[in-house]
Amino acid sequence: MKPLPAAPPVARGILIEGLRKVYGQGDTAVQALKNVNMQVHPGEVVGLVGPSGSGKSTLLKCLGAIIEPTSGRMQLGSELIYDQGWTVRDLRALRRDRIGFVFQAPYLIPFLNVTDNVALLPMLTGLPNTQARARAMELLTALDVAHRAGARPSQLSGGEQQRVSIARALANHPPVILADEPTAPLDSERALAVVRILHRMAHQAQTAIIVVTHDEKIIPTFKRIYHIRDGQTHEEAGQGVPLD
Amino acid sequence: MISLAGRDIAHSWGKFALTGLGLGLLIGVTLTMAGVYRGMVDDAHALLDNSRADLWVVQKDTQGPYAESSSLKDDVVHSVRGMPGIAAAANVTYFTMQVRGQDGNESRAMVVGMESGNPGEPGFLLAGRQLTRSHYEAVADVKTGFALGERIRIRRHDYTVVGLTQRMVSSGGDPMVFLSLKDAQEAQFLKDNDAIVSERTRTAANPAFNRPGVPGLLDAVQALQTSSHNVNAILVQLAPGLDPDMAAEPIRRWKHLQVFTRAGMEDILVAKLIATAARQIFMFLVILALVSAAIVAFIIYTMTLGKIREIAVLKLIGTRNITIASMILQQALGLGLIGFLVGKVAATLWAPVFPKYVLLLTQDAVTGLAATAVICALASTLAIRVALQVDPGEAIG
Repeated sequence: MKPLPAAPPVARGILIEGLRKVYGQGDTAVQALKNVNMQVHPGEVVGLVGPSGSGKSTLLKCLGAIIEPTSGRMQLGSELIYDQGWTVRDLRALRRDRIGFVFQAPYLIPFLNVTDNVALLPMLTGLPNTQARARAMELLTALDVAHRAGARPSQLSGGEQQRVSIARALANHPPVILADEPTAPLDSERALAVVRILHRMAHQAQTAIIVVTHDEKIIPTFKRIYHIRDGQTHEEAGQGVPLD
Repeated sequence: MISLAGRDIAHSWGKFALTGLGLGLLIGVTLTMAGVYRGMVDDAHALLDNSRADLWVVQKDTQGPYAESSSLKDDVVHSVRGMPGIAAAANVTYFTMQVRGQDGNESRAMVVGMESGNPGEPGFLLAGRQLTRSHYEAVADVKTGFALGERIRIRRHDYTVVGLTQRMVSSGGDPMVFLSLKDAQEAQFLKDNDAIVSERTRTAANPAFNRPGVPGLLDAVQALQTSSHNVNAILVQLAPGLDPDMAAEPIRRWKHLQVFTRAGMEDILVAKLIATAARQIFMFLVILALVSAAIVAFIIYTMTLGKIREIAVLKLIGTRNITIASMILQQALGLGLIGFLVGKVAATLWAPVFPKYVLLLTQDAVTGLAATAVICALASTLAIRVALQVDPGEAIG
């Protein structure tokens, strides 16, 4: 695999302090997140694990600027994006430019080929098609799927689709990537390959990556793990098993 | 920015093509319905053009000869010819009937009785010649299916087709068969032999006509009954430069007849005679437009529902709502365009097969394309509404 192209010099990492999320009001109120504190440094990959209903999805949606927390603070790099309310006006642009998403299923756009699936994000920022495609090809080359650049997502294997999905998440040089169960549909070998790629990309692009997972195969690979139970996070040191 | 709609259509071209085909056939029917109406109007204009008349003189208080029955005595034409500014005037008869060919094939036709070399005679022939003999010759429109030299039967007599003409049709679209005026009068107004014998017996039994003291009265009455001097209208050509209304007025006043100018006759044929049919066709067009809109709305809505996850991903990664709405709108318009092209080709192919004239105008096609675009745009609003309500969080689960 080739190294990633140099990312622009933007602030990296994510800091979360006292994040709360309450659904509903009064007697029917449900406190999904009670007191979440997290910090992920640039180039670091941390695991976020917890049982079903523990608040993982809610936390991911808050981090992804999809739903608004009830209180707390969130900082992307040096920019405070939430402090008892959103401090940025255009959340859509925030998601597009500063947050990368990798899903459990790759959810590639089926009617776009591999290159355009990755190039779509830079295009949405207004980058000319040729430059966006060139950027996509660099990422696909780095992730070793450039040979499938013209293929449709349905023509790719599960591992290839997930690599394209990672390339898409990296397309706009985001300071943070949120990966939701990225290895769930993969066998052990491919799952470890994906995690290896995430570690390498985090290091090369100086991106902070949060991996939500239940996958026992990959949990030992993290150096730091956040456990979430009943809406509260607890930090633990991971085994950090080398992948190479 | 790439065209998401175009890529989706290219990806699911089979689905779009089949849907477009179905929609296209519906649009083809819509265009054909419009063509049927245009054909009826054109038939009416052709009827007026082919008569080569400036004025139509008909029975008083009627709107004949095409919309209502009209009967005039055939000697009235002489007094009309004597009116100032009249260049030519000729009697005509019109009646619609089944005309039988020599091999038994029948054609519904309007039989026209006319005077050779006068208004009412076909203006041009595709083949053969005009009528030159006083009896038993006919000129037929090619749409009747009759051939030159064919013997056709009208009432009691056989006629030889000596000429063929084209686009000579009644306001109802029936092709015309031209006979000499005398032949047509006989065919239209005279009864068959049995009826004549019966009528003679009835007249002879009437003491008012069969008076012993008045010799020759019965013969005169019976002769009157077996001859006809009625026509349906007089076609008038005016001297060049004469105002038709000014020429019509003295005929109305002094001859106690009804006179229609070209504008008046157009009003009768287009605004009155085919008005009901036009409203009927308009209703069909409205219903077809509604059905087309419902189909496009349903298809685009279903397609959008099938892409909810992709739309959620697009929204999550920062695609603007207007881009997603534009994608759905473009797909609806693309479907409409495919449908319109299929419909236009289908209508063009099947229009000549219709028994009546179907006139497909470019102007109607342009209107149809615009209407299709508007319908598709409106039909896509439901799907756009659904797409804009998709929660980007659905991509995460």
